[in-house]
Amino acid sequence: MPTLEIRDLHVTVDEADGGTKEILRGVDLTLKSGEVHAVMGPNGSGKSTLAYSIAGHPKYTVTGGTVTLDGEDVLAMSVDERARAGLFLAMQYPVEVPGVTVSNFLRTAKTAIDGEAPKLRTWVKDVKQAMDDLKMDPTFAERNVNEHFSGGEKKRHEILQMELLKPKFAILDETDSGLDVDALKVVSEGVNRALASTGPGVLLITHYTRILRYIKPQFVHVFVDGRVAEQGGPELADSLEETGYDRFLTRA
Amino acid sequence: MTAVDETTTDPAAGSPANTARAHSHGGGVVPDASRAERVTSFDVADFEVPTGREEEWKFSPLREFAPLFETGPAGSADVEVTAPDAVVHRSGTLQEVGAGTAFTPGDRAAAAGWAATTEAHLVSVPAEAELDAPVLVTVRGTAGTTTSGHLVVEAGRHSRALVVLAHTGSGAHRGGVEVRAGDGADLTVVTLQEWDADAVHVGQHDVLVGRDARVRHIAVSLGGKAVRVSTNVRYAAPGGDAQALGVYFADAGQHLEHRLFVDHEATNCKSYVEYKGALQGDDAHAVWIGDVLIRAAAEATETYELNRNLVLTDGARADSVPNLEIETGEIVGAGHASATGRFDDEQLFYLQARGIPEDEARRLVVRGFFAGIVERIGVPEISERLMTTIETELAATALAGTSSTEEN
Repeated sequence: MPTLEIRDLHVTVDEADGGTKEILRGVDLTLKSGEVHAVMGPNGSGKSTLAYSIAGHPKYTVTGGTVTLDGEDVLAMSVDERARAGLFLAMQYPVEVPGVTVSNFLRTAKTAIDGEAPKLRTWVKDVKQAMDDLKMDPTFAERNVNEHFSGGEKKRHEILQMELLKPKFAILDETDSGLDVDALKVVSEGVNRALASTGPGVLLITHYTRILRYIKPQFVHVFVDGRVAEQGGPELADSLEETGYDRFLTRA
Repeated sequence: MTAVDETTTDPAAGSPANTARAHSHGGGVVPDASRAERVTSFDVADFEVPTGREEEWKFSPLREFAPLFETGPAGSADVEVTAPDAVVHRSGTLQEVGAGTAFTPGDRAAAAGWAATTEAHLVSVPAEAELDAPVLVTVRGTAGTTTSGHLVVEAGRHSRALVVLAHTGSGAHRGGVEVRAGDGADLTVVTLQEWDADAVHVGQHDVLVGRDARVRHIAVSLGGKAVRVSTNVRYAAPGGDAQALGVYFADAGQHLEHRLFVDHEATNCKSYVEYKGALQGDDAHAVWIGDVLIRAAAEATETYELNRNLVLTDGARADSVPNLEIETGEIVGAGHASATGRFDDEQLFYLQARGIPEDEARRLVVRGFFAGIVERIGVPEISERLMTTIETELAATALAGTSSTEEN
């Protein structure tokens, strides 16, 4: 069974004044196919850094620890190699790519991930179906990637990619932020569809418990100050809903 | 975006740092020297041979352009015209084709070129005619020769036409282009600089926009050693709408210069200027000058100009100088923006995080950068050909770029 294993991960970021700051200070996490892990924590605890470090964003420097996918060293791979190995990051702030249409982008990405162009007829049908499921207008395909997208459209577009690219592991970085309840449901249904069909491991990074009503995690990890401060089952999320992060912060 | 030198100017915010000339946005500030005062003349003696200290030549490689400043006889480039039946095409002397009613040389090269032109061409689209195919004018230069030429493009009232002027081959060429769009005409003129790598070219394109006419001028400069195209737009009467669009891709050692001057004197006219360029390699140099003058009489003018440069490697240089002079406050709007930046690392990360390899991600971004203008040319085969050329040029960067970008 595909396994994503994070061991004692230390990550720094370069600061504007020329110094470096350690953000992740020894993270351990093991993710298996079909599992949903929620990573929760206050702002600045390093949740997004974990997501971007796994995906290979050049801004972050790994100073210690390992990330392996079925034993393969993920940290030795380039960003695109990681994606082709089966990792997917749904970004909190997806970037505009002017002049590149969604349909061209999706086809290019699918071709890169699969190593061959998708069969035209089934591909067009799959895209149409996936867009339909996410309640996206067909004209969406001809718009430029993320250009003039609303917050909700950007998140749907991220989940659309997840459904079409079928990764082994998906990291969803605050996919719920900025969504109204209707959009949150649509996006959550997309994740649940992917779980039911291809069953990726999902690392669900969130600040709030709201999305956990729609996507059920088996594991909850509370992130504080660059490490996992506590972990448990879904009941941990329930207790967070009542007490918030205060008890972790005072202890830290 | 990781900008290396970015200035985006709000019309209300004052002068950008890289504006070399006096800059005013209404409010009664009189600039030191108006763009309107620049000399134009048919007499080459009115223009000294440039030394490089002149405002209008200070960015140009004068050594490359030197043959084009010389007076005396010069040959004609090979010109071939293919046009739909409705179009009248004639060649002859400048006088025989009726040149010079909407064109006056504005610099030494243009005046010397005018004086040396023995064969000029007229492409005339009759009134009311709506062409179903483009007019194609091909200019082919020959290595080791200096040539001069003049093309008049005349669009009769309420006509609709697309004229493509393609420059190919080698040598040193001075080309005058005189565009006269009649009342209500809808005219697109595309000028392609697809020269061989050693060619030099100085061109002046004067565009006269008739009442309620709509003119698009699209310049695409990809080839040549040194290319300088000056495009001057004037309005014969109210209601005109002019767009000047351009794309360029400067490689190592290549100089590509585009100078725009939109002279608003008639009322209720619009202008929109948008030039986008990419640069790569040592001493790749792009120059964009965007002068817009709104004269006191030009009430209800609406104008915007924009230049964006994408610097792909170290060692390249982009000069971008927007300049807006406004002599009346009674306008609809006036603005300009200029931005020069590097590849956006966040865009590349986003695409690579979807499995797309770096070189392909760069290609997608550059294609997207140019697509908005190239696709407006109106001839799909030409748009596709230009995109292919751009991607071929870009492939050279990918090779050169990998060594410097492998840091993580």
